Amino acid sequence: MMHRQRLALAAALMTAVVLLAACTEEKETPAKPKGAKKVAAAPGALLPFSGLAGTIDIAGGTAHIPVMKDAAEKIMAACPGIRITVAGGGSGVGVKKVSEGLVDIGNTGRALKPQEKEGADLRSFAFAIDGVAVCVHPNNRVSDLTPEQVQAIFAGTTANWKDAGGADAAITLYTRDEASGTREVFWEVLLKKGAIADKANVMPSNGAMKTAVAQDPNAIGYVSIGHVDNTIKALAIGGVAASQENAASGKYTVTRKLYMNTKGEPKPLVKAFIGYVYSDEGAGIVRQAGYLPIPKP
Amino acid sequence: MRAFVVERWARRALGTATGVSVVAVLAIVAFLVVGAVPLFASGEILSVLFGRWRPYAGQYGIAPMIVGSLCLAASALAIAFPAAVGICAFAHGLAPRRLGRLVLAVVHFMTSIPTVVYGFVSVFLLVPLVRNAFGAGSGMSLLTAALTLSVLVLPTVTLLIHVRLQQVDPGVRLACSALGLTPAQSFLSVLLPASRRGLAAAAALGFCRAMGDTLIALMVAGNAPQFPASPLDSVRTLTSHIPLVLASSWGGPEYRTVVAAGLLLLLLAASLSLVIRRLVGPSRQEASRAQDAS
Repeated sequence: MMHRQRLALAAALMTAVVLLAACTEEKETPAKPKGAKKVAAAPGALLPFSGLAGTIDIAGGTAHIPVMKDAAEKIMAACPGIRITVAGGGSGVGVKKVSEGLVDIGNTGRALKPQEKEGADLRSFAFAIDGVAVCVHPNNRVSDLTPEQVQAIFAGTTANWKDAGGADAAITLYTRDEASGTREVFWEVLLKKGAIADKANVMPSNGAMKTAVAQDPNAIGYVSIGHVDNTIKALAIGGVAASQENAASGKYTVTRKLYMNTKGEPKPLVKAFIGYVYSDEGAGIVRQAGYLPIPKP
Repeated sequence: MRAFVVERWARRALGTATGVSVVAVLAIVAFLVVGAVPLFASGEILSVLFGRWRPYAGQYGIAPMIVGSLCLAASALAIAFPAAVGICAFAHGLAPRRLGRLVLAVVHFMTSIPTVVYGFVSVFLLVPLVRNAFGAGSGMSLLTAALTLSVLVLPTVTLLIHVRLQQVDPGVRLACSALGLTPAQSFLSVLLPASRRGLAAAAALGFCRAMGDTLIALMVAGNAPQFPASPLDSVRTLTSHIPLVLASSWGGPEYRTVVAAGLLLLLLAASLSLVIRRLVGPSRQEASRAQDAS
C-alpha cells in the first residue's frame, strides 16, 4: 500500500524528472579521438565545475523545476562526470527531504517555518521572485478582478461569472493541495487567509492546475506566473497586471521568493550548483522560466 | 547428506522470507497504531472522523473523505459488477467458444494496464466529455472517477466470477443441456446461483480494489473535501487525501488525519479480506460433505 501511495505521489505530480549523463572523466583532452565531440573545458559560468564529479539530488517546490532542470541540463552537457536529478513534491516535501539528508537541495516556495529550522541546520538561498497569478480560461471575457471579488469567488459567495462581469455560467473553482507554496502565497496575500469553498477542486501541481483551467471554460484557479502561457489567461488584480515586471517593482503584491535549502554548509559540488544559479547565466535561466532573479546575497 | 544441507538452507531461506513479510506487515500496522495513539489520547479522533475539512478554520475532519471513498467504490462496483456478470455470461455459453475466449483474453490483458494510464486518458477524454454532456462543474466528479475506476475493477471482478463458474461441476452443464435449457436459461437459473459465493467474493474484492486505488481518484475525482450531493460533484477519497496532505507538515494536525485515513483503509481492507476468506474458502457444510465422501 505504501508503495502504491508513493507511486501516486510521484506520478500524479508528474514532476519527477531524472536526468542522466554518461559518467566519463571530465578532463579528457580533445586530442583523444573519442572525446572530440565533447565540450573540452567548461566555459565561463561553468568553470567552477571543472574537476568536480558526483551527484546532486534536488527535490521540492514544483515552481522551481523549470529552472533546476535547465541548469542541470546545461551543467551535465558540459561536465559529463556530474549527474543531477530533479524531482518535485512541493515545498513541504523539499524541506522534509533535505532535513533528512535524502536530497542535497530541498526547494521551497516560501521561507522556512520556525519549527522546520529547529530540527536541522538548514541554510536558505533565495534566488528568484515569483508572482502567483489568478487565471481563467482564455475565452473568458473577464480580465480584471478586485481582491474582494477574488475572495468572494473563492469563498463561494460569488458563484456565477455574470456577477463578476462575465457570461452567465457557474464558476468552477480550482485550488491547490495543502503542501503547495503557491497556495500559501495566494491564500495569505490575496485571500487574506479567508475561506475556500469546500466544493473547490484540488489540483496536486502547477501543471495539473494549468491543464484543468485550460480545459474548463468556466474555471478560475491560480498558478505561479512562471507557468502562465497562452493556454490560460492571467487576470489583473485591482487593475495591476500579473506580470513579472510588476512583481519586481512591488506593484503586484501576490508574490513570493523561491528558495534552495541545504542542510549545513553545502558540499563543493552543491555550492558550485548554487553559485551557477546565481551567475549571469543562471539569472538568464531564471528569467526564461518567467521569474525574476535575485542577486547573490 | 547433501540433500540434508540443501534442505536445511532452503528451510532457512524460506523461514527468513516469511519472517520478513510478517514483520513488514506488523511494522505497518504498528506504525499506524502508534501514530494514532495521540489521536485517541486527546479525544481528537471524534472530530477527525466526524468533522469537515477546513484547515483555514482549524477544522481537520475527514468525514467527507470517508463518505467520498465509500460512494466512489460503491458506484464503481455498481457499474463494473453487472458488466462483469455480462462478460461471464457471454464467455460461458452465450457466445461462440472462440469469441468467448477472446473476450476473456482481453480482460486478462486489462489486468496489466497501470492505473496511471487510465487516469491520464480519463483526464483528456472522459473529463471534457462529462463536463460538456452535463454542462455543470469541472467534469472532475464522482461520476467521472467511478466510470474510470469501474474499468480498473472490471477484470478483477470478471476473472473471479469466471474462475468460480469454471469450478461448477461439468455434470451440471450436461444436465442443463439434457433438460433442454437454453444457454441463457442455464446461466441465469443454474450456473449463477451455483456460484453465489463467488459472486459475493468478487464484489467484495472489487470493492476493496476500488477503495484502495489512489491515482484515478486523485487525477479525475476533483479532490474537493465535500460530501457529494450528486454524481457530478467533485469528491476526495481517503486514499487521495493522503498524498494531497502528506507533503504539508510532519506531525501537525493535517498529518494526524493522514494516519487516521491510513488506519481506516487498513481496517477496511482487513475486514473485507476476512469476508472474502469466508466466502472463497470451503464452507463448513461443504467441508463436512467432502469428509463424508472420503
